[in-house]
Order: sequence, then structure tokens, then C-alpha cells
Amino acid sequence: MTVPLLSLQGLTKAYPGVIANNNVSFDIGVGQVHALLGENGAGKSTLVKMIYGLVKPDSGTMLLNGRTYAPPEPRAARADGIAMVFQHFSLFDALNVAENIALGMESPPAMRDLAARIRDVSETYGLPLDPYRTVGDLSAGERQRVEIIRCLLQDPKLLIMDEPTSVLTPQEVDILFQTLRKLKSEGTAILYISHKLEEIRTLCDHATVLRLGENVGECIPAETSARDMAELMVGSALKPPERAGRELGEVALDISGLSVPSPSDFGTALRNIHMTVRQGEVLGIGGVAGNGQDELLSVLSGEVTTAADAVKLAGRPVGDLGPTARRRLGLLTAPEERLGHAAAPDMSLTENAMLTGSVRENLVSNGFLKWRDAENFAKRIITDFDVRTPGPDNAARSLSGGNLQKFVIGREVLQRPDVLVVNQPTWGVDASAAAAIRQSILDLAANGAAVVCISQDLDELMEISDRFAALNEGRLSTPRDTAGLTIDEIGLMMGGAHGMEVAHV
Amino acid sequence: MDLSAINPVLLIASLMVAATPILLAGIGELVAEKSGVLNLGVEGMMIVGAISGFAVAVETGSPFLGFVAAAIGGAALSLLFVLLTQVALANQVASGLALTLFGLGLSALMGQNYVGIKPPPTGRLDIPLLGDIPVIGPMLFNHDIVLYLGIALVAVVWATLKFTRAGLILRAVGESHDAAHALGYKVVRIRILAILFGGACAGLGGAYISLVRVPQWTEGMTAGVGWIALALVVFASWKPWRVLLGAYLFGGITVLQLNLQAAGVAIPVEYLAMSPYLITILVLVILSKDKSNAPASLGRTFHASH
Repeated sequence: MTVPLLSLQGLTKAYPGVIANNNVSFDIGVGQVHALLGENGAGKSTLVKMIYGLVKPDSGTMLLNGRTYAPPEPRAARADGIAMVFQHFSLFDALNVAENIALGMESPPAMRDLAARIRDVSETYGLPLDPYRTVGDLSAGERQRVEIIRCLLQDPKLLIMDEPTSVLTPQEVDILFQTLRKLKSEGTAILYISHKLEEIRTLCDHATVLRLGENVGECIPAETSARDMAELMVGSALKPPERAGRELGEVALDISGLSVPSPSDFGTALRNIHMTVRQGEVLGIGGVAGNGQDELLSVLSGEVTTAADAVKLAGRPVGDLGPTARRRLGLLTAPEERLGHAAAPDMSLTENAMLTGSVRENLVSNGFLKWRDAENFAKRIITDFDVRTPGPDNAARSLSGGNLQKFVIGREVLQRPDVLVVNQPTWGVDASAAAAIRQSILDLAANGAAVVCISQDLDELMEISDRFAALNEGRLSTPRDTAGLTIDEIGLMMGGAHGMEVAHV
Repeated sequence: MDLSAINPVLLIASLMVAATPILLAGIGELVAEKSGVLNLGVEGMMIVGAISGFAVAVETGSPFLGFVAAAIGGAALSLLFVLLTQVALANQVASGLALTLFGLGLSALMGQNYVGIKPPPTGRLDIPLLGDIPVIGPMLFNHDIVLYLGIALVAVVWATLKFTRAGLILRAVGESHDAAHALGYKVVRIRILAILFGGACAGLGGAYISLVRVPQWTEGMTAGVGWIALALVVFASWKPWRVLLGAYLFGGITVLQLNLQAAGVAIPVEYLAMSPYLITILVLVILSKDKSNAPASLGRTFHASH
């Protein structure tokens, strides 16, 4: 067998209290698309940071083309032909494309030459890009192009991609995959990190699965079922959420002709939105981030008020009511951002439970707080939703993302809403916790509540929602029954490739 | 009222002198803020620079050495800010305020023996030809070298930020320290250098007050100029030439209103005294209404996570 491009041997990295990687070994061959699979917290990010020189391993060695490789910093890694596209884009909004790319290079040519090279490379790989546009004005797909081109200009031997498709529409994903296949045909190896199994099955030659920092198995994705890979990732059999057959009742939430100007310079205006949700129904709302999701949530929660008639709760106009009044009437919301929007980071869980539960759980009398009741309510959330924390006195900040998410969702579900609106309910949550949260949403609907679930995870929406609609630049598509909807149709509802030019590879 | 007593040549010449301390402090703070650091200690660094420069100039008899010492003094005080915010990761606003209070106290202590002394005069440049042009010569080309240094510094900072890689990296660090760190740039080191540069500039600005503008030492003699410089950077939308414009506008109206007071204009003195602040802020607010381009990481503490 030939020498692998990069060989990891027994890499271990521990942080105080947690072992991020324990004795991880695997090889990446030349021109191989190698998937790195694992749940959140499995140690994928730490591992690639070690390869990219951002973190030094405690023990273990890496061999690049058979020679010892221990990059002291990313600069050295780049010099050795290793490039990385980050999960959270490492771009500078206020700078233009060419400046951003120059920052990622060791000795960039003069700006004008660089701009010409950017045009060259971007066209060769089917990723058209204007070097003088300000990055802050680009769409998520275009920003990713900037990162990829930044890497390609260095002729990398290994390209690391950390969850590249989480911000793309299905059509944009296709464009990306064509580019990656072209790269592979030119001999570039790709280390592809994701937890989207179907993607990995179509793209990758080989997969390594990490669980709790250890390499728990390797497989050839094309020959392994998504279910087997998922079970390898989680370490136990997955139980898909059950959908009890349920009767749809009266219209619980009715929005008609809702238009709201953008609340901030970088927000999205909502344009003429119509939707109805009936009792016992789950309406899934998809779309690429930044197309009006946050704005829609704030209109539903009452943070942004509108004409009274635009939002009706069980026939009653509530558009001009604030969040507390809406909560009293049974319209509850759980926003996307856990720390700062859904929960106050430095306050205890009891206090956080009180913040949204005071009206419906009766936690306040004559302006005085009922601490004991609030604490019991918080304890109930913790037990019912399996929130892992020493107790309700702990600050929200001290919980892991998944646990806090369970708390935030549980807090609303336990208040027996008539209508529940959730945004990204399982964002950054591991698979088993996500399944629990989805199950609780379905149970709520089975008991007759109407649920609006805004999410960017299409698999999640297909799993739990009865009808699906997509937000695209502040417009909501006509909701359609989820059953029988194809991924192409969904992509078109989400706005296709967002006007991006299709790859000519 | 006798407006004819106001000599336009003298007016513009003294306007440039009045503006230079603000200009120097402002351009230094601009660089620090472009790297993402909000240093509210400008006033403190200026006054320490003022006394350091004054003392050294008096002891050595050389204004040049005085200015060098002022730059070192200002930078030395900013080192305390570095220690607090970049090493101990303290809050930048609180640290900056502390720096100002500390600087005011320290300068008073250092200056105890220098009250009432005259410093050696700072020589004016004798520019041949240009200086001989009537009207324009005495107006623009008959000043000390530090004044021209201030203007040159604006040009250098502008060109560096716009055209050089070092400037690009500095802006990148101020825009997103996490992204810059991910690309392997030394965020803390770059910020420390920017803070030291800001301190040195503020020190120069302070010494310009004590050695040129009001050649003497009195406690607290910077009298809020550091705060004006801070506000100027914001209202100038972090653009070097606008800092120059704002400083000259402020200096100009300050000098003009003094002249008007002397000429006995029938406007209450209080209104005249507040006019530089009002007009400068008004003009720069109008200029900066296109969009606020504050560095996105301004004032945020950077902590390299794993």
C-alpha cells in the first residue's frame, strides 16, 4: 500500500475535566474524501484543530507523506499544504473579498494581481465571485465560496471542511459537491466533517466515526446504511419519534397579510405572510438562516407588535399585544438563541423558569415572587426533560448547550401552551437529546396544541411536521403537506440556489 | 465690538497650534480602536506625557528630548492598560477610566517642582521659499516640527491602514479577533503594539500643550482635551482624514471664539465657550451619518479559547 497523505497515530488531547480526543488514529489517502462523523462534543473539532495547528496534542504523532508533522501554528500547517474551511466562517464582514483572502495567505501578491487570480480560480471551479464586494453583503453560500477560494489559492493537498453544508440550500449543496469532486479528481484529499449522513453517503469514500473522543469504527459510507452509521455515532439504537395519528381541530393560529419592515439594518422585512395552524398540527418552516426566521418569531412572540388583525389566536386578534399578554392567552415561544434570548445566562434556572412561567404557572402574587413554587416548577422541568444539572440553583450559563435547550423547550411545553412557536429547537443538541425534544413537541401536538417549528434542519422538519413552508427573503411559501414532498421541491421552495450561478465544472 | 482686531493670518496659525494636541491624541486612539481596543485613558496618557516632556525638556534644555520623553511616558502609562486589559483580561472601559484618574494623580506628583518654570522654547522650522510667501508663509509654514509631524502622522496612518498588509492585519484584528486568531494572527501582540502607539501619540499631544501651546506646567492642564480626542475618533467614523478635519474644526472654533470674546461680541461668554464642542460634534455627526463603521470587535475582550 502506498504511503497515506496524512496519518494520525494515537492522538490524545485533554482539557480540564474532559478528554476531547483519546488515542485517535486513522489515515487519509491522497485524493480521498474522508468523512469524520460524530455527535456534538465527540471531539471532531478538537481533532481538526490539531491537524491545523491551532491546538497541540498532549500525545500521539502525525505523519504527513511519511514524515513527522507537528505544526506549531496554522501558518505552518498552511505552508505544508493543509487548508481549512471553518464551520463558523472566519471572515471579516467589513473587508472585501480580496482583503479577506489576502489575510489567509502567507505572502499575498499585490491586490490587483490577487483579484485577477481570485477571478481565475473561482471560474475554474465554478464558484463565481467578485473580489471587490464587501463580505458583509454576501449570502451564506457566497461567503463559503470566499473561504473555499482562500484555501484553493494555496494549492492545498488536504482540505478540511467543518460542516460546510449546514448553511446551504440543497441546490447550493449540489454546486459545492461538484466543486469538491473536481478537487478530488485533481488529487486533493478532503477531510469532511458532518453529521448529515446522506451527504456523506453520496460524497465520501471513507468514514471515521468518533464518539466521546474515541475512534469507534470506520466504514465505507456508500456501502453502509445511514441508520447503521447513526447507531455507530450514538452508540445505541435510535428510536425515531412516534407520530400518533391525531385529529386536527379548529384553527388555532391565523396570520393573514402580515408585512413588517426590517427591525434593523441587517434584518429581513417580512412580506405578506399568510399561514394558519390548526389544533394538533405541526407546521414546519424551513429556509436558509437570515431569511426572516428571527423576525417571524418576534412577530409571533409579541416582541414586535403589528396591526391587531394580522395575528389571530383562536379567532381573537392579538397582533397588538405584547409577549406577556400573549402568554396569558396561551401563545408561547422559545427563541433560537439559548444564551441571551431564551435564557438569561447568569441567572439561575429557577429565575429563568420564573421569567417566562410567572403568568401561566402563577409564580407571582401581588408583585412578590413565589420562590418555592418557582423552584418546584424548575425541578419539574429538570426531571421531566432529563436536564443534566446538579440542581435548579445553577446558572443557565453552566449548562451544556443541549441541556439548556432541553430546559428552554421543556419550560414552555410544561406551561401547556395552546400554540407553541419554537425556533431551531434542536440546534447544537446531540442526537438522543434531539429525539427527546422532537418527541415532546409531537406529544404536545397530540394533546391538541398547535405547533410552529422554525428550523434549518430539513430532516427534522420532515420528521415532525404535518405541513411544510419555507421562508425566502421574508416571504413564506404556501404550506404543503409534508408527505410526498421531495428534496428538490423543498429546495425550490427555499429559493433554489439563491440566484447563485450554477457551477460549470 | 471690534472685529477688525482679529488677524486672519494669526488666527489660522494659532488654529493649527490649538488643533495639534487633539490631532496627535486622536490619531493614536484611532489606531488603537482600529485594532479593537477602546482605551478611555487618553486624558491620563496625555497629562503624563505633558509632565514627562516638560520635566525632561527643562532638565536637559532640549525640547526634542522632551518630546521623546513624552512619547515614552505616554507609552509607559499605556503599558499599565496593556497589563490590565490584554494580560489580566480586565474590562476596557473601567481600566481606561482608571488610567485617566491614575494619570492625573501621577502627573500632579511628578510636576510638584515644575510649577511656574518656563520650558526651553521649541524652535520653529525656517522653511526657505515656502516660508517667505506673503500671508500663506506665516500662516502655514512657520511652525514647529511637531505640528507637521502630526499632519504627516495622519497621512502615514491613513496609507498604512489602506495600502499595507500590516494595516490590513490591524483592521482584521479589530473586526473579528476570533477569525484573526483562527487564521493564526497574534491578536494580543498586535493589540499591545497598537495600544503603545496610541499611548506614545497621546504623550506627544500632551507635551505639545505643555511645551508649545501653553509653555508652562499646571496641574490638570490638559483640561479634557483627551476626551475630545476620544469623541473625535468616533464622530470621525474611524477615518484618519476626518480626525484631522475634526481637530482643525475644533481648534479653529476654539481660537475664533477666544478672539470673539476679546473683541467683545455681544454673545454671552458661556455660549462662545461651548461653541467648539457643539459645532464640532454637529459637523461630524452629519458627516458620519452614512453608516457607523466601528470596528466590530471594539471594546470586546479577546480570550483565546482552545
